[in-house]
Amino acid sequence: MTRVLVPSGALGLGYDADALERGLAARPDIIAIDGGSTDSGPSYLGRGVSKYSRASTKVEWRGLIEARARAGVPLVIGTAGTCGAGTAVDWLVEITREILTDLGQEATVAVLKSDQPGARVASALAEGRVTPLHPAPDISEALLAECSNIVALAGAEQIAAAIETGADIIIAGRTTDTAIIAALPLMRGDHAGAAWHGAKVGECGALCATNPQSGVILVEFDSESFTVTPLADGANATPHTVYAHMLYENSDPFILYEPGGHLDVTGADYAALDERRVRVTGSEWVPSPAYTVKLEGARRAGFQSVLLTLLRDRRYVENAEAWCADIVAKCRAKAQERLGLTEADYDLELRIIGRNATLGALENRTNGAVELGVMGLVTAKTPDMVDEIAKMLNPYLLHHPLTRDEEQPTFAFPFSPAEVERGEIYEFCLNHVMELRDPMEAFELTTLSLPHG
Amino acid sequence: MAEIGQIVDKVRSKNAGPFWVTIDIFCGSPEAFRRVSEGVSTERVAGLFRTDPAGMKRFDIPALNVVKFSLPRPQVQGTRFDRDMHGAAWAALVAEMDVN
Repeated sequence: MTRVLVPSGALGLGYDADALERGLAARPDIIAIDGGSTDSGPSYLGRGVSKYSRASTKVEWRGLIEARARAGVPLVIGTAGTCGAGTAVDWLVEITREILTDLGQEATVAVLKSDQPGARVASALAEGRVTPLHPAPDISEALLAECSNIVALAGAEQIAAAIETGADIIIAGRTTDTAIIAALPLMRGDHAGAAWHGAKVGECGALCATNPQSGVILVEFDSESFTVTPLADGANATPHTVYAHMLYENSDPFILYEPGGHLDVTGADYAALDERRVRVTGSEWVPSPAYTVKLEGARRAGFQSVLLTLLRDRRYVENAEAWCADIVAKCRAKAQERLGLTEADYDLELRIIGRNATLGALENRTNGAVELGVMGLVTAKTPDMVDEIAKMLNPYLLHHPLTRDEEQPTFAFPFSPAEVERGEIYEFCLNHVMELRDPMEAFELTTLSLPHG
Repeated sequence: MAEIGQIVDKVRSKNAGPFWVTIDIFCGSPEAFRRVSEGVSTERVAGLFRTDPAGMKRFDIPALNVVKFSLPRPQVQGTRFDRDMHGAAWAALVAEMDVN
């Protein structure tokens, strides 16, 4: 029997302090929390930074470090700092050092890094050990060299290695969402299918229950099942909420691929133990012949500025599409004439907010808007080029007339300047798995004694 | 005829990683499940997204009264052409489909 306490779906989202106390009273064997996801986009991996406030992260992480010390069990975080890149791991290690200093505590900290040098992935590619998933962008050694960060998703084996160091706190780079929860039950010989299935259900905290924002849940694993217990007031797990959580952000709700195999929940049985707890049996783990880890990479995709103008004049609202098309044509001609740039050198796009800015060509509704926003996006290889094109676009968004002979119109700029520099942008460019001969060969595990080590 | 959104509990779409979007139709009752499961072809949903139905996954799950569709994202998440980072707005297209 292994008890895993999950405080919330992600560090930075908050957790219910009373529910965490109840979790500690249930005598967990480990506290496990996820620190990230790709869901906020490629910029975080591209830059190697966290999306959450440092202050929020510190307050919540401090609460868990105190809880861990009182419980005398390890605390593990996976995908530290949103993206799990080395710089984001270092950021959380530094926060941990500050917290331990403030608390006057000492702790051993295992640090697992998941960073993949482009050259390592390129050699694996050359050796035929990198396989595309569907759909996957084409990759090459040159593209790998354009990535600012590549990470591999660690599985239970690498987390187990970190737990085996005996560390009090484990700060891991990119891991699968489930690995941090499944690792200890697997190490102790609990049912493998239950370990992975319970980890999947638990990885978003109380999202598998009613009152989903309450965060804290306990997942208990044994030789044939797992049991999920939400710990906040008014939070209940039912067979429906637990089963339905397999739908969440999964393209296939029955099969889940992990390093070393896959989970199959087709035959799982979800039973209510009482009004609050659900026990699940019948999940199956199917080992694979090869050990593969999934890769994530963010490549540099140029620089971008965004502009915003507002149309409130009825004639312009009604003719916004023609107005935008004319501006794009005129601005492109000017960029060609004055900067010598062709369409291939940059992207210029106007999206009409109030018409189809969300769905683009897939939008199939129309309505009569009172006002429209026009968002300009300028993307190019260098910041100077973006800046020049955005400044050429600006006067059109302010004054461009529908007809040549009318009095010059002026539209509503919500701020000055109307163009906002977004800096360097990134794109996810890997949907591949890499085969490893040994699970640790692509990961780096070190231990520190903090705060002084 | 009714819009799907008017006869079910909820239609949700979310990223399933940066390369896929998944759409969950929580029908809420066996009757609504039957109407959606029988009345919505994979081809119609593919048409909304202008994608090849052969590249889509579909799951009809009576135990949950859920019909689920997954498809490669129309744009990879977060590229400069992507319009919806978390993929939640595509649910509206499905919720606004007519069903018998």
